[in-house]
This record gives sequence, structure tokens and C-alpha cells, in this order.
Amino acid sequence: MSIEVKNISKSFGSFKALDNVNLNLPSGELIALLGPSGCGKTTLLRIIAGLEFADEGSIILSGEDASEKHVRDRHVGFVFQHYALFRHLSVFENVAFGLRVKPKPQRPPEKEIRERVHRLLNLVQLDWVADRRPSQLSGGQRQRIALARALAVEPQVLLLDEPFGALDAKVRKELRRWLRRLHDELHISSVFVTHDQEEALEVADSIVLMNKGRIEQIGSPHQIYNEPATSFAYSFIGNVNEFRGRVEGGYVRIGNDLLPHGRSDLSEGSSVIAYARPHDTEIVKGETGEGVSAKVNRILASGAVTRVELIANGDAREGKKDYFEVEVTPDDLAALSLSTGESVRIRSRRLSLFGDN
Amino acid sequence: MAGGVAVRLGAHAGAATRFESNIATRDRSWVKYTLLAVGLTYFLLFLILPLIAVFVEAFRKGWETYLASLTEPDALSAIKLTLIAAGISVPLNLSFGLAAAWAITKFDFPGKNLLITFIDLPFSVSPVVAGLIYVLLFGAHGWFGSWLQANDIRIIFAVPGIVLATVFVTFPFVARELIPLMQAQGRDEEEAAVSLGARGWQMFRRVTLPNIKWALLYGVILCNARAMGEFGAVSVVSGHIRGETNTMPLHVEILYNEYQFAAAFAVASLLALLALVTLIVKTYIEWRASLTTSEESSS
Repeated sequence: MSIEVKNISKSFGSFKALDNVNLNLPSGELIALLGPSGCGKTTLLRIIAGLEFADEGSIILSGEDASEKHVRDRHVGFVFQHYALFRHLSVFENVAFGLRVKPKPQRPPEKEIRERVHRLLNLVQLDWVADRRPSQLSGGQRQRIALARALAVEPQVLLLDEPFGALDAKVRKELRRWLRRLHDELHISSVFVTHDQEEALEVADSIVLMNKGRIEQIGSPHQIYNEPATSFAYSFIGNVNEFRGRVEGGYVRIGNDLLPHGRSDLSEGSSVIAYARPHDTEIVKGETGEGVSAKVNRILASGAVTRVELIANGDAREGKKDYFEVEVTPDDLAALSLSTGESVRIRSRRLSLFGDN
Repeated sequence: MAGGVAVRLGAHAGAATRFESNIATRDRSWVKYTLLAVGLTYFLLFLILPLIAVFVEAFRKGWETYLASLTEPDALSAIKLTLIAAGISVPLNLSFGLAAAWAITKFDFPGKNLLITFIDLPFSVSPVVAGLIYVLLFGAHGWFGSWLQANDIRIIFAVPGIVLATVFVTFPFVARELIPLMQAQGRDEEEAAVSLGARGWQMFRRVTLPNIKWALLYGVILCNARAMGEFGAVSVVSGHIRGETNTMPLHVEILYNEYQFAAAFAVASLLALLALVTLIVKTYIEWRASLTTSEESSS
């Protein structure tokens, strides 16, 4: 089922949770709504589900306007952040709930309900806990039961609110992989909300990046990571070094330092923010020349690449310290022979610039 | 909050054993036994002794007198009126309590905090004042008095007044039990039920009610105990007409004032019995509720 979000706005009191959001989600994909907390992603998900209603705009499901439809008539499966399993019912009855509350003519007979519930419990690999109460399950198991319960009514779209938010790191990684596999088996259109970029990059077919009630960028994980469209997208996804300064010819002036940018479309003197990924940043020995001067703070030599943490020591930052991170290969590190406290300069092989308002 | 009460008691019992077995926190034995002696004496003197006295006095003149004083027409009518008052006010306050708790925990609306405060009004106001309110409203010289008289409707010094006063006094019990519990449980499960296709009534019956049933029952028995035992408010509106507007507590007072001690205590023993039954049911409910909560927190 395709989901179309048209000019959706929603305010809570004076707080604008969603500001004219437009979105077109194709059928059959696994989509992540990614953004920092308070960016409106959960509100958007709840509006799509019909658990919340927008002040303006419309939701179109499978080409049909569903804006006024009640949640129970939208055929969406919703998985809650804290699972919201019915605590007084067994796992089996939790999954069977959606079938049992169907109006009589549509309600499947008891035998079919049993079959379907067991099939779903097998799908989430938890048939053996059918008789337990939700309270006797671990967080990861509860999440899978919540998913089975949502799938029981054969929804046309599956909506998941921070599905792995409350789990520990290891279970989270497992469940992520498992969700991806499940989606590849069922091909049900799914949207999940997350604030964890790693999760979104790893699991989703495409990512909708949100900030302050607006959409910043929509794209594949590759696009989102490698071609950030906005300043926010750059700073939110992955580690990044940030430089703020003014355009001066072919350079960005940051205090007393000059950083070459290699662009020709910038107006002289305009304020810019420049971003560079740690692996696109390099360290140059010596205290003079191009680049931003900084002091080596720590050298973290665990793993395949060594991370060097640096502190900028210019006066232009009004006493504020700027931390930078540079990734170097062990060979380069040996060639540089850095020591802690040494003054060096950092430059970027690939600098992305955005106007700073 | 039945669940909350049970959990609190359980936690304290566990802490006490740990407290005692630990040399660092163990009290000297004379401290322990003095405190125990003081506490238990107080308990015996002020709670158990009066309770025993009620039954001893009731049976002082033997079984026959006891039964006779319970079955004489005035006593029967008092028992009947008490049952009527409780029978009307408990279901009314049950529905109101549910509705109010539902409104307060599931919706946001202006004046919500005011409503929460006002639900407690009957607890903070003296029952006599509660009775007087109704006299001022519906009495012969009250606001609606002349209209009621013109239409030949009797509220004060009649059964409707007693029911009204009882409803007022027992107003908060159910709501007060439900609101904190439902606030703690949130709206997630109801939302889940609706998203799975449940209609409003199905959601209430299959999800909400099972989650609040013990707190609801707890509220109802407290409400019932108070409804049957209420004296002050009812006394003001009743007019003490024998065989007509006397409830059990009022009947006890009249008998006592007429020096019919055995009869007074016989009726009082019924009320005391009701209190005991209430306590037993309450303990059972707390125990059941603690089973469900400990099941929930066992993972």
C-alpha cells in the first residue's frame, strides 16, 4: 500500500510539531523516519496511523483519502514503542485479539484463529511462549509479539514507533537484522521511526530525514550518508567536523586560519558552515600554512583506523573549544609520528559548504 | 490504588526481615518489645476492645432479645432503607467514578485539575455541611422548596434526601481508586486495541476493565461501607421518622437515646459485621492485586 502525505501540519499548543510535510512512500518498501527527538517523526507516524489527527493536510492510503477515517478502518498495523501488550492476556490471546474483535460476519472460526496465531508465532519464532503472560517475556520477545499481534489483522501497512528504542545494544542489532529479513519475506509496506542513524542506515530501503517538523532530505541510505543535502543532514548523520567562517577568495577564513574550499559559486564575505567527514580530513605537520590549526588531544589507536582527536586553539572561538576528529590509517599515523599536545593543521580533501544564516 | 497498597505492604515486610537480620540496623531487644507492647496495647484498647464490646452488649440479654430487636418493624425498615441508599448510591458512584477516571486519564480538557480537586470535596467537607447543603436547596425554605411543595415532591425528610446525601458523601471513593492507577497505565493499551480494530465497547470490556478490575472492586467496597455507615449527612436530611426515614446508624442512635442498649448494640453489631466483611474482602482483593502486580514485575 502506498502512503501519500499531503501538506500535513500539526501543532500542540504553540509548538509546531509538523510544518507542511509532504511525502510519497512507495508500496512494499521499508522506510525509516529519522530525526532527533522532538522533530515530529512520531507525530507523523501517528497521523498516518490515525491515532492522531492533523490540523491541515491529508493522508492518502492506496490512492484513497483516509484523512477522516478512523484508525480501526485504516488497515494499519501499529507497533508501539513500549509494545503496549495487553498485560492480562496470554501471548496467544494478545496475537488473537485483532481477530476476536472483528464483527461477527468477518470473524474467522476458532480453528482458523488458532492456526493463524500459531503461524504468526512461528513467524516471529516464539510459538513456545504462547501460554505465557507478556510480563514473563524479555524486551526483545515482547517486541516480536507486538509485531505478530499487529500482523494478525493482515494490515496493508506496518507502522513501528521506535521499535528497538527500549532494548539493549546486542538484542537491538539482532532484531534489526531480523526485521529486515521479515520484511524481505512479507513485502509489506513498513514505516519505522528512529532517532538512531545507524539503525536507519542499516535497515531501511529509504530514509526520510526530519528536523523541527520539516523534512530535510529523502533518499537511500547511501544518498543520505554520502550526499547530505542540507547542513542539518550533514551534522546529524555520521561523525563530522564542523568549521564556521567567512568566504575569502578560494578560502574559508576561520579566525586566523584559512581553509581551501575549491568552489566558485560563493559570494565573497558570506558566512558559511563547512563540513568534512573524519575520513576526508587530513593532518598536516607544522604550524603555518593552509588549514585550521589545532592541538593533538588524544590518539585512539584501537581498530583498523586510528582516530585522532584534536582541539582547536584559535582565539576566534571566544574561549569555546572546538573538537575535531580525524581518521588515519596506521601507515599514515607512523609517517606523521604525532605526539599528544603537538600543534598541527587540519585540512579536508572533501569540504561541503552551506550558507550560515 | 489497590495494587499500590499491596506492593507497598509487601515491600515493607521484606525490608523488615532484612532490617532485623542485619546487626548494623538491628534494634536492642528492649526497644523492640517496648514498641511492640505500646503498639499492640493501643490496638487492643482502641480497636479490638470496642469491637468485642459491641457484640457482648448485643448479646447481653440473650439470643431472643437480639433477634427480636433486629426483626422488629422499625429495625427492619431501617435495614431496608440502608440497603436502598447503598443500592442506589454505589452503582451511581461506580458509574460516575469510572466516567470521571476515564475522562481525566484519557482526555485533555480545560478545567481538568479543577475537576480532580473537586472530586475530593466530599472528603474535605464535614458530612453535616453536606446534609445542610441539601436542606438549603430542597428544604421547605430552600431554593427549590416552594416549587417542590407546589408539585408535591418530598426530598428532605424523605428517602430521596437520604439517597442524595449518601451519594454526595460516597462520591469520591471509586474515582479516587481509579485515577492514579489509570494514569500510571497510560493510553497505550487502549490505542493498541483500537488500532487492532476494537470498537469502543470492546476496548473497554476486553482491555480497560480487566486492567482496573481490582482497583474498581476495592473502590466499590469502600464506597459501600461508607454508604451504609454514614451518619452525619443523613442525620441532617432524615428527620428521624421512625419506620420511614431512619437508616441503621440513625436507628442505633435513637435506640441508645431511649436506653434500649441491647437493641441498639444488636443493630450496631450488624454494622460492625459489615465492617469485618468489608475488611476481609478488602484484604482478599489486595492479595489478588498483589499477585497480578508481582507477576508483572517478575520479569
